[in-house]
Parts: sequence; C-alpha cells; structure tokens
Amino acid sequence: MQPITLDTVQKEIDNYLNQDVYLHLETTNGAYASHFNQSFFSVGAYIRNAKVNFERGIITGDKAPYRAGLKIELGWVYAEGLTHWEVNEDGQLLLAGHDAEGKLAVALQLSPHPFE
Amino acid sequence: MSHEHVLVVFPHPDDEAFGVSGTIAMNTKKGVPVTYVCLTLGEMGRNMGNPPFATRESLPKIRKKELQAAADTLNIQDLRMWGLRDKTVEFENPKTLAARIGNVIEEIKPTLIITFYPGYSVHPDHEATGRAVIRAVEQLPEDQRPVVHAVAFSNDCYEMLGEPDVVNDVSSVSHQKLEAIKAHRSQTEWIIAAMAEENPEKVPEVLKRINKEQFWTYKF
Repeated sequence: MQPITLDTVQKEIDNYLNQDVYLHLETTNGAYASHFNQSFFSVGAYIRNAKVNFERGIITGDKAPYRAGLKIELGWVYAEGLTHWEVNEDGQLLLAGHDAEGKLAVALQLSPHPFE
Repeated sequence: MSHEHVLVVFPHPDDEAFGVSGTIAMNTKKGVPVTYVCLTLGEMGRNMGNPPFATRESLPKIRKKELQAAADTLNIQDLRMWGLRDKTVEFENPKTLAARIGNVIEEIKPTLIITFYPGYSVHPDHEATGRAVIRAVEQLPEDQRPVVHAVAFSNDCYEMLGEPDVVNDVSSVSHQKLEAIKAHRSQTEWIIAAMAEENPEKVPEVLKRINKEQFWTYKF
C-alpha cells in the first residue's frame, strides 16, 4: 500500500460510481486492547460484502489521515483515519488507516465482485 | 497402550507458536503424530507493517503460507485449515462446530487434545474454540475421553485455576520452537526484533519463559 494522495484516490473512487459494488468496512482496536489495558473501552465494527450503489463518493481532509464518504441510495457510508491505499491484483480498491506501529485501525474497501 | 496421537485445535495460525509449539515438536520428535486443526486464517490481524507489507485482503494468503511453514518446521503431518473467518467463530452454531470437532476425534482417536481453556483465554475466538472442543469431548463416555491440556492466559487465570499442573520443559527443541515462531513472520516480526535488541521491556513474558510451556488439565 502507499500513502494516500487525494487526487489519485478520488479518481479510483469515481470508477465505482452508480453501479452495484461490494463493500468491506471495518474499524478495530484489536482483540487484546482490553486485556492489556483493562480501562480501555474496546470497540469495533465490521461489514463484509455489503452490496451498495453510490451516486457520490468523496475522499477529503487537509492532511493524512483522511476521511471518505459514500452517498448510497438510502443513506451513507463513512470512514475516518485513512492513511494508505492500493488497487490490488484483483482490481479492488483498498483504503486503510494504519497507526504509527503499522497496525490497521480502519478499512474501507470497494470491489466490483464479492470479496473472497 | 502404545497408540498415541495429539490433536491441537486453535482458531488462529499463530496460536500454537509461543505456548505450544515446543510441546508439538517434542511429540513429533518421538514419533507421535500431531493433527493441527486451525479454524481460521487470522484474516483480521492488524499488523500490516510500516511501511505496509500486507493488506486486509492479502493477509490471509500470507498467513496460510506461514502456518504451513510453521507446521513443516514442527513436523506436523496433518494440518487442517477449516476456512472459518477470524473473529466470527463465536457466532457460528456451537453445536455444529462441536460436532465437526467430534468427527475429528472419532477419526483420529487422540490421546491428548490441546486447546484453549474456556473462560480464561481472552479472545472470543479462543473462547468459542475451547468451548466447542470441551463440548465435543463431553459427548464421549467418561472412560473414553482423551486428556485435555488447556491453555489459559486471562488476567485472572492463576487466581481462578491455580498454578498450571502441566509444565513441559521444551529446551531440547527450542531451536525448532524459535523457527516456528519466526515462520509466523507477519505476526511475530516485532517480537523477534525486540528479542534481538535484548530489550527486556519489549520482550513479552511468554518469551522470557520460552523453554517452559504450561497447561491446565481440564476437569470435566
């Protein structure tokens, strides 16, 4: 993955406009956050292979980490903390937020076909 | 009874590395077959590296290779990857999962099973795996149940379970154990680095006692 540059990633998001696409969205603190620090309130959410269709998709922010929002038919998809991106060998657009230690904290991914 | 067979059941590819791989190597060294059932590919691991070497989508492919390499290092002849999804094991039907494990037990007739101790193993996947194994063993008549050596590491495990009753000295296979830990490079690279630095603050407790592997015999 590479550090996000807004123009490049915006073009990639635009490729997914107005068509049925598959979404992976995730936030995580890791499964051990509350084990190592018992006062830590660990949260996470995850959706894989939701089929969505968005008419507007924007990545924005003054500097990394960035935010992305997708306006879908009946609502919104949103992620913040995005730092890295890649179009992988399966042609899927992967956006992720990695902390200073290189640990994934958030992911927003789009694919023309279901994720494996 | 001359027949011996060890069954290891864990949810993630590196769950065996720190606390069990020495025991596995000791067994394969003396010719005892080991079957390792690994429920997921650790798809939800968080360590992607800085700069990143993996993505959410490539991680399971990497970890699958690492698991195979670790199994080869430990001379595990029977490695079974069940293809469940990391962090979802507790949401699977517990009866179905226990039945599936029960089928393996019936097939290989293990004399020893190693898994997580339900209630004391922190990660929801560990808990669900341990519960399913115990449930499967409980279905067997008492005199046919294999011994279960359970791994526990919750903050309250000593308080609740007492001292572990099984402590294996694995120093004779420590080289193999270290190789197995290194095989799971995507998960253990930072730990290996900390060891190389000989920085006692960064090296996890489990590595300070790398030659001792501890278990609690499960009481049914």
